Formats: sequence, structure tokens, C-alpha cells
Amino acid sequence: MTLYFTKEHEWLRVDGETATVGITRHAADELGELVFIEARPSGTEVKAGESIAVVESVKAASDIYAPVDGEVLENNAALADDPARVSSDPEGEGWIVKFRVANPDQLSGLMDAAAYAAFVG
Amino acid sequence: MGTDTLLHTPLYSLHEESGGKMVPFAGYAMPLQYADGIMAEHRHVREHVGLFDVSHMGQVLLRPRSGDVDDAALALEKLVPADIAALKHGRQRYTQFTNAKGGILDDLMVARLEDGLLLVVNAACKEADLELLQSELVAECVVELQEDRALLALQGPEAEQALAVFADDVRKMVFMDVRTLDVDGARCVISRSGYTGEDGFEISVSAKDADRVARKLLEQPNVKLIGLGARDSLRLEAGMCLYGSDIDTTTTPVEAALEWSIQKSRRNGGARAGGFPGADIILGQLENGVSRRRVGLRPEGRAPVRHDAPLYADAEFATHIGKVTSGAFGPTVGGPVAMGYVATNDSQTGHTVFAELRGRSVPSVISALPFVPAHFKR
Repeated sequence: MTLYFTKEHEWLRVDGETATVGITRHAADELGELVFIEARPSGTEVKAGESIAVVESVKAASDIYAPVDGEVLENNAALADDPARVSSDPEGEGWIVKFRVANPDQLSGLMDAAAYAAFVG
Repeated sequence: MGTDTLLHTPLYSLHEESGGKMVPFAGYAMPLQYADGIMAEHRHVREHVGLFDVSHMGQVLLRPRSGDVDDAALALEKLVPADIAALKHGRQRYTQFTNAKGGILDDLMVARLEDGLLLVVNAACKEADLELLQSELVAECVVELQEDRALLALQGPEAEQALAVFADDVRKMVFMDVRTLDVDGARCVISRSGYTGEDGFEISVSAKDADRVARKLLEQPNVKLIGLGARDSLRLEAGMCLYGSDIDTTTTPVEAALEWSIQKSRRNGGARAGGFPGADIILGQLENGVSRRRVGLRPEGRAPVRHDAPLYADAEFATHIGKVTSGAFGPTVGGPVAMGYVATNDSQTGHTVFAELRGRSVPSVISALPFVPAHFKR
């Protein structure tokens, strides 16, 4: 299992060809308490950089982008009733989608925890 | 815009010390929120009391050259559709500057003081408002932008309790009353008003005393600093317009459902009917109706429908009837709330229209405003 981070403040926990995707603590703190999360339905195929979910705070809507090419496998159903879970535990119970990684080579372009920590500063 | 070019209000250090997340707003660095976040700040104002820095807004004093405030009041009626002449000393009223097409140049509060009229205008419009006032009212008034004054808003059910510690006379004020009172030795112009739908006060205080007065108020039980984020969600739940979103030069006061702010004396048949820019259009609309109206909307589900979302009569998006002008999640309502313009035929309360959100249609019920009952002290 390997943990990756993106410049868009997402994390991916990759296990085989499946990745669990969410937003980082830094992103969650920036967005504030979330009131609604809408992820693309399972089976949706996306390219890196396309939206896989929208998270809404009181103030604004923000896109969550696919870090690599792949397919949405599952949405975190618990977020429908409790979107604030993303704010309280963004890197655990507040995961947003499970994702099939189409091309594992693309993962090498992402950051590890140390690089992300340096990126956030 | 780089933050180095932004203006600071007299409370800037207080915001920084208090963990304010500073953002550019109308040329000023203003606190969007503090550590508690928008949701908690919003609820705090509805349940207790919050202190807002609204010093970016323009405070303009109109002093009559004749020395008679009636002359300034009559002069101002050349620019606004409200009855200003009948405004009594110590009272305040809401109105708009209009243009020749009946559009809204800005919305504002007008208070009648001993020596003149005090106008509170939007930050983004204050330079244009000042030019308008100076060019149109030069014969009757000296127009002064009070750049050396800050403006604080103390809002919520416990606002009276907090302010009365310093100025007991505020207990005698009712909604839209204005008094000049001392707060901790600082001479303040205090109105019982605000933009949250809650009881509360706006306090005009000199820039040099503002920080001290704000800190004194924050020492009172349950008084917390509240940012612009919660100010926006509070005013939206209260059904109040945001200039530049819900009203602008393309919307008239009648389309915006603000006709309650145009008194009988300024309407056709009134003692001083018309006489403001666009009066023919606005007064005509009062008699003949308008083709679109500002309404409240309750979108189904939990997803907020936001500014600029198109509105349709049908779920298939065949008949376009208007658009959303403000939308957010209403923390007190516990769901999404919005305002927008729809064709008058579709504007009845209880009627369902359809907002387009990320390609899908969201049924949205036309709702009476405000979304949350107002708690003004009448």
C-alpha cells in the first residue's frame, strides 16, 4: 500500500490497482466545514485532471480532480448524510471515492508524504 | 490582487491577532472567517451575538448649506425613491440610488442626525456614490466621506445586553432608531439595525477609538468576531439583497421586490411623486407590474445552487425563466437557500421551478422571504 499526494491537495492510497482518494487535512482546513459532496457515479471513466467529485462549503463549490486516468469504483455513501466527516477526518473516514488506476506509470508523477509536506510549506 | 495593495480597516491588527483569514474585498483586506469557521460563526450570531467589522463601507455625511436638515432631505430625494423629507430626527431608512433606466446604482441606509444626513453605502460603490452626490447635490449640501470613521456591527439576540453595558440608553432604541451615544468614552453614532435578520446595532466610531471599542465589546459574554462569510449566509437567510449580485444597474427596485422601500408620497398621486432618476419607469412598474421578480428559492436536497445558475419552468430545460443571483447552504435553515429572478408568471410562492446544477435539474420551490424569521426590536 502506497500513499501519494497531488498539487491539488488530494491523497491516494493505492493497493494493487485500486486507489482510495480523498482531500488532505490542509485542503479540508482551507475549505471549512463541508455541507455537500457529490461524486461521479461508479463506472465513470475519467482522465487525469477531470473532475471526480464536487465538495461544497457554505461559501463555495470546489472540484476534486482525478489524479490519474481511471474509473470511479465506489462513492463513500456515508458522506451523503454526514458530509462534515470530510472536514473532521479527511484522510480517514472522510475518503471520497475508490478508483481503479488505469495506468500505474502515472503514479510516479505524484508526490510522497515528505514532498507534499514541503509543497504545503 | 496582491495583499500589499489592499487597504486596511482600523481593526486590521485585531483581525490578524484573532486568526482572521484575510481576503481581498472591494479593495480592502477583510476577514472571511476566523478559526471557528463560517458555519459556527453563523450559528453564533443567531443564538448569541457577533461583532462584524464593516468599516470598508462608505459613511457619507450630507450637511445642508442652509443649516436646515430638511433642505438636505429634499435634495437627496432627487437621487432616491424613498421619502427622506418625512424621516424624523433619530430615524433611519433603507433606499437605493437609481439611474435613468430605473436600475439600481447602489443601495444604502439614510439616517437623520442633528446636523445632517448620514448615508451608509456599499464599499465597492462608494467612490461612484460620492461623485454622484457631489455633482447632483453641490448646491444644497456639503458632501463628506467620513474616512476617519470605522463601522462595527453588533448582531444577535444578546447584542443589546452587550452594548448596554457601555450605553444603557440603547435599551430604549427600537429597530431603525439612531442615537449619538458614548461607548467607553468614544462618541458613537449607533443605529438599531443590521444585515443579518437579527436584532442588533451598527456603531459608527472614530478610527482612533475603533480598536479599543471593539476589544471592549469582545470582553462581554458571548461576543465573538464574525467574518464576511457568515455575514453573507446570514443576510441571504434574512432575504436581504447583496449589491452586485441580487441587485445592480440592470434591476429596478420593483423587479427586486423592494417596493416596500418606496413610500406613498413618492408614488404617483403622492405629495412629492417621482423626481428621482428613472421615476417614470419605476412608478410605471408599480402600477402596471413587471415581467420578472426577485424571489426566494428552496432547492430540493442538500446541494447548494449558486449565483448564475439558470432557472427553468421545466425539468427538461425547455423554457428558461431566469437565474439565481445568490445561493448558499443556509446553516440555520439546514439546507440550501437561494434568491433569483424569475418570470412573474412563475413567481408565486409554492410554485416549483428547476435550477440547472452540473447538468442536472434541481426542483426548487419559490419561497417567501426571509427564510428565517426576522427578530428586529419593533
